[in-house]
Amino acid sequence: MIAEAGLAALWLAAALAALQLVLGWMGVSSQRTDLLAAVRPVAVVQAVLAGISFVTLIWLFVTVDLSVALVAANNASTKPLLYKFAGTWGNHEGSMLMWVTILAVAGGAVALFERRLNERTLIATLSAQAAIGLGFYAFLLFASNPFARLNPAPAEGQGLNPLLQDPGLAFHPPTLYLGYVGLSVAFSFAVGALVTRDVGAAFARAMRPWVLGAWILLTLGITAGSYWAYYELGWGGWWFWDPVENASLMPWLAATALLHSVTVLATREGLRAWTVMLAVVAFSMSMVGTFLVRSGILTSVHAFAVDPRRGTFILALLAIYIGGALALFGFRVGTVREGSRFDAVSREGSLVINNLLLSAILGIVLVGTLYPLVAEAVTGEKLSVGPPYFNSAAGPLALILVAIMAAGPIMRWRRDDLKATLTRLAGPMLLSALVLLAVVLLAPGIGILPLLGLVAAAGVGVASIAPLWGRNLRRTPLYIWGMVVAHLGIAVSMAGMAAESAFTRETLVAGRIGEEHRVGPYSVRLDDVQPIAGPNYTAIEGTVVARRGNGAPFTLHPQTRNFPSPQTETNEAAITTLLDGQLYVVVGRSDDEGRWQLRLWWKPFVTLIWLGGALVAFGGLLSLIGRVRREMRHAPPRETI
Amino acid sequence: MRRLLIWLPLGMFLVFLVVFAGGLIKPEGRVIPSKLVGKPMPAFALAPALPGKPGLSSAELANGQPHLVNVFASWCVPCIAEAPQLRQLAEAGVPVYGIAIRDRPEDLQRFIERNGDPFRAIGGDPNSSVQIALGSAGVPETFIVDGKGIIRKQHIGAINPEDVPGIMSALGDAK
Repeated sequence: MIAEAGLAALWLAAALAALQLVLGWMGVSSQRTDLLAAVRPVAVVQAVLAGISFVTLIWLFVTVDLSVALVAANNASTKPLLYKFAGTWGNHEGSMLMWVTILAVAGGAVALFERRLNERTLIATLSAQAAIGLGFYAFLLFASNPFARLNPAPAEGQGLNPLLQDPGLAFHPPTLYLGYVGLSVAFSFAVGALVTRDVGAAFARAMRPWVLGAWILLTLGITAGSYWAYYELGWGGWWFWDPVENASLMPWLAATALLHSVTVLATREGLRAWTVMLAVVAFSMSMVGTFLVRSGILTSVHAFAVDPRRGTFILALLAIYIGGALALFGFRVGTVREGSRFDAVSREGSLVINNLLLSAILGIVLVGTLYPLVAEAVTGEKLSVGPPYFNSAAGPLALILVAIMAAGPIMRWRRDDLKATLTRLAGPMLLSALVLLAVVLLAPGIGILPLLGLVAAAGVGVASIAPLWGRNLRRTPLYIWGMVVAHLGIAVSMAGMAAESAFTRETLVAGRIGEEHRVGPYSVRLDDVQPIAGPNYTAIEGTVVARRGNGAPFTLHPQTRNFPSPQTETNEAAITTLLDGQLYVVVGRSDDEGRWQLRLWWKPFVTLIWLGGALVAFGGLLSLIGRVRREMRHAPPRETI
Repeated sequence: MRRLLIWLPLGMFLVFLVVFAGGLIKPEGRVIPSKLVGKPMPAFALAPALPGKPGLSSAELANGQPHLVNVFASWCVPCIAEAPQLRQLAEAGVPVYGIAIRDRPEDLQRFIERNGDPFRAIGGDPNSSVQIALGSAGVPETFIVDGKGIIRKQHIGAINPEDVPGIMSALGDAK
């Protein structure tokens, strides 16, 4: 009965989304206020119904109702409660239901809280949001019903992919989905503004908190995902340019560009068409990402794992939404009045360069991700595009981008003087020169990209604090603090990436119990390997004693876990975090002669990568709070980034 | 110029759609072939996976006769689906050898009792080391090996009834 109730709620929510679209459409085109007024309540009820449906599915997972096919395929009564709960979205149908629920709730929130935007534009926005929702409801109801029953019910379920049995990953997808959906709201705002030809500062201010919120969550999601890949996959790397990673990086790049251009629009009435375009692109990238991951088109190893029906469905949704929005953009953007003018040397100018560089990097990642597909379509040959392409193509642009990031915030709006800007940058440039000198002297032979990375990180680190100089810190608006912290976070991350790629030491050996090995400044000894049993896996656990120089020895316990259902092996790296880096130890299989595979890494300052990511997200959060508080106080529209 | 720029994103998107639609229409090419096709079987010696049934070593496979090496496991559902086809091939006189991936004898015994035993020998590969050496990414997979022990063809996924004639002719070519 419970599953049927969930399905009924889903059908009702879908019907209300259709009603929301039709009422909004008729209201906007006929200007009838009674129709316009009806749209908001419908959006709120739709959100509640979708929420009920999702909570129902969570309930079915937590109580392990094996008569539901989805639960039987992805859950097991032996699983820890957290993973029963997280198993709800650790699968295709559940994650799609979560997607549409977040989408509906976001639409409901817009209906409830957005009061300052022109009524017609807002209703057009809610209609666009309903149209996106409808596509996903149809997808769920016709191609992937999460509430389908299984008859007869099995005695035990098949469990959740063990790679996903990790607290970090349990909450990774919701974070990213919230980010994607935030971008869908920005997209709906853009469509709404195009429909009513109302692209201006008010629209930009209404859209900005959603972009900012989406961007914070994407930043968190990507940072957490990167750390997860680093410690769970046991390969010692933190970014692999894998299609799934790129699927979340591409919307992040677009959202970063959008975040900056929307502020130009809100503050200076500039970059109108460009901002609308970016809103469309950012959402397109999250849809493309979903498509890449969900259709199995890139990642699948075996033909029988592919579900072309679902792929076709998502492709149709892509065609309708993105194609439709781009066509609307083409027809309408000519009627958008040009915004305010500005000089090339100005804060707007630096933000335009920032946008162009981010777009270029986005293009590079997109091409690299899709090239294997295109090549296969044309030549029929399988190939993959790896880190060498991405690093060498995107790396230099990223360096220029952070240099611009140092200059932008200290430039004036509308018009500035190049010489004055350079004078203001003298401090950071001096520091960069000193770091350059120091690194070249102390670490000769370091690669050019890591070297420039370290130099840029130092310069940007100092420059990012510059907007606080000479200000009364207690009266500095929160969003200025946010910008400073976020930019500082980029510098910190960059320092971590450069240090990791320049100074990592790696040792791969097959060793007997008791043998000593060296990695970087450490001597490492494998003392013991024992089988152990976990709640739903068996494992071998190594006891590894590490010691730096004559320092005190410490013990690490890397594991290789074996999950029976489904049969999977995972590596639990043992990682010791020290002030200046991480020691990373993986124990693999044994050979016939009793030697164990040991993989050891010493990674100086690698933690800065994720610390920086967290700082960036925290800066975003400060900005968001600052912006929302300011909007609520009805402050005059003059503002800065 | 401005006109063109405005419509450029839509144009790019349409190209993207066509490519993706193309990728969806022909899903059968979406596999990772082993780099070992055309090369000799890597050297290995696997212990028997079942008591009373011989294990498998690469030396035995260079026996002058074309044959199949089936990578499978009792816990793999598509392996059940391909079992009738393997039996059919074995009944037609094709030598079929098995490599059981990460399996336990009691599970394997039950699998054989339920789905038949087309195998001349089954090697147990408890930690997938031979599977990895073969460049095989999952179960089931079947390699067609000629009399000199050279891998001629790799069949990824279950052998469906319609695949049997192709496999027979590939075996004929491998003589």
